[in-house]
Amino acid sequence: MDRLVFLLGTGLARGAVLALFALSLVLVWRAARVVNFAQGAMAVTATYVAFVVTGLTGSFVMGLVAALVAGAALGWAVERGLMRRIAGRSPLAGVIVAVGLVMILQSALGILVGGRTLPVEAPFDETPISVGGVPLLSPYDLFVLVAALVVMAGLGLLFTRTPLGLQMRAAAFAPEVSRILGVRVSRLLTLGWALSSAVAALAAVLLVPTELGLTPHATDMLFVLGFTVAVVGGLDSPVGALVGGVGVGVLISLVTGYLGASVAPLAVLVLLVVVLLVRPQGLLAVGEARRA
Amino acid sequence: MTAALEIDGLTVGYGGAPVLRDVRLDVPHGRIVALVGANGAGKTTLLRTASGLVPAARGTVRLDGDDLAGVSVEDRSRRGLAHVPEGRGVVVELTVEENLRLGALWRSPAERRAAIADAYELFEPLARRRTSPGHQLSGGERQMLALARALVAAPGVLLLDEPSLGLAPRVVAQIMAVLRRLCDATGLTVLLAEQNVASALSVADHGVVLGLGEVVASRPAAELLHDTTLRHAYLGF
Repeated sequence: MDRLVFLLGTGLARGAVLALFALSLVLVWRAARVVNFAQGAMAVTATYVAFVVTGLTGSFVMGLVAALVAGAALGWAVERGLMRRIAGRSPLAGVIVAVGLVMILQSALGILVGGRTLPVEAPFDETPISVGGVPLLSPYDLFVLVAALVVMAGLGLLFTRTPLGLQMRAAAFAPEVSRILGVRVSRLLTLGWALSSAVAALAAVLLVPTELGLTPHATDMLFVLGFTVAVVGGLDSPVGALVGGVGVGVLISLVTGYLGASVAPLAVLVLLVVVLLVRPQGLLAVGEARRA
Repeated sequence: MTAALEIDGLTVGYGGAPVLRDVRLDVPHGRIVALVGANGAGKTTLLRTASGLVPAARGTVRLDGDDLAGVSVEDRSRRGLAHVPEGRGVVVELTVEENLRLGALWRSPAERRAAIADAYELFEPLARRRTSPGHQLSGGERQMLALARALVAAPGVLLLDEPSLGLAPRVVAQIMAVLRRLCDATGLTVLLAEQNVASALSVADHGVVLGLGEVVASRPAAELLHDTTLRHAYLGF
C-alpha cells in the first residue's frame, strides 16, 4: 500500500509536467491547426538558456524566468519567420517545417555545447517526505505540482475570464468571423505560439532535473509522451491535456514501479492504440461543436 | 448629404473571372437597401468586398465619406462597419453571452453591459439561453445571435447576408421586423443581401437588383416589388 501511495504521488508530479507539455501542443493546434513537432527542441533550447542564466546568477528562479522569455521569443520567431509563410498550404507543410526546425535546433545545440550531458540539479530536495512512515512526494515534486497547477489555472482564467482569452478562443475557432468582429487574429496567432512555447519551456525546465541531465535530446521523450497525452485527451481540448497528462503520468509511474521501466513505454503505446480505436478524436475532444 | 456607405465602380474577380463589374450603389443613413438577385449574382461577394474580406480589382468603398482602400477587415469593423456573413457566423463553441461580449469588445464595460442587456430585450429567446453554446441553438436563434452580436457593437452600417436562409417564414418575419424597427428608432443603416426577394423588399426602403455581377435596376423597394417584368427576368418569381 505504501508503495502504491508513493507511486501515485510521483505519477501525479510527472503527469503535471506531461499535462503542461501537452497543453502547449494543444494551444498551437487550436490556434494554427499545426502539430508542432519542434516543440520539444524549442523547449530544450529554452532549457539551455535557463541553465546558462542559473549558472551566471546562481538563481533557479532567474533561470526559470529566462527560459520562459526565451521560449516565448522562440515561439514568436517561429510563427513570424516560418509558420506564417506557409499558412493555408497543405497541413504537411507545417509538419515538414517543424521537423526541419528540430534538426536545425538540435544540431545547433550539438555544435554549441557538444554531446556532453550537463548535470542539472533540482532547486529543492528530491527525497520523498514521509507521512506516518509512508513516503509521499518530495519537496521538488510538490514544487512541480504547484507550479504546473498555478500555470494551468492561470491559463484557464486567461481563456475563460478575460477579453484577451475570449478573443484568442474566437480566433482559434472561427478566424474569419473574428476578423469581421475586429479581432486581430494574426497577432493573436503569434501570441498563441509565444504562450505555447513558454509553457513547453516551463515543462522542460521542470522535467530536466528529474532526468539524467541536459542534452540536446533531453526533451525527445517528453515530446513523445506529451504528444501521446494530447492525442489521448483530444488535440482540441485543454481539459483533455490536463486529464490525459495526469492519467499517463500515473500509468507510467505504476507500470514502472510494479512491472519495470522497460514496460512503461509499451503501456503508453497500448493506451494510445486503445484510445485511437475507441475514440479517435480523443477522450475529451470538443470537435463536435464545429461540425454541428 | 454623404451616404453612410458608398460603393462606386466596384469590380471584383476570382482567379481572373469577374464576379462584380462596375457596381455602384449608395446606402443612405438610416435606410435599408435590399440587394437582391439570383443565386450567383454576386451579392455575397459584394458584401465580402465591402467588409474587406475580398480584395477589389477596381472601384471604391466609402464609409461616411472615408475611402476604405487599404483599411484592414478588423479596422473596418472598429470604424462601425458590421458584417453578418451568410451561414450566420456564430462562433458555435462559445456561449450566447460570450458571442455577445465578443461583438461588444471595443465598447466601454458600461456600454457593453447595457448593449448586451438591450440585445436580450430585443431577442428574448437569447436571454433564456445565455449560457448555451452556439451549437445548441436552433437556426433561428443562431440568426438572432449573429444579428444581436453585430448590433451590440453599435455599428453605423450593417451588412447582412441572407438572414432568411433556412429559416421558417415566421422567424424571418420577426427578424425583418426587428431590422425595420431598429432603423426607424436608432438610425441604423442596413445593406441587406437576400434571395428571399419579397421578404427583403417588403422591409427595405430601396432595392438594388444584381444580375450576373452587374446592377440591372436600382429603385424604391415598393416599385421593384411590383415590377413583374423585372421579377420574371432577374428574380425568378
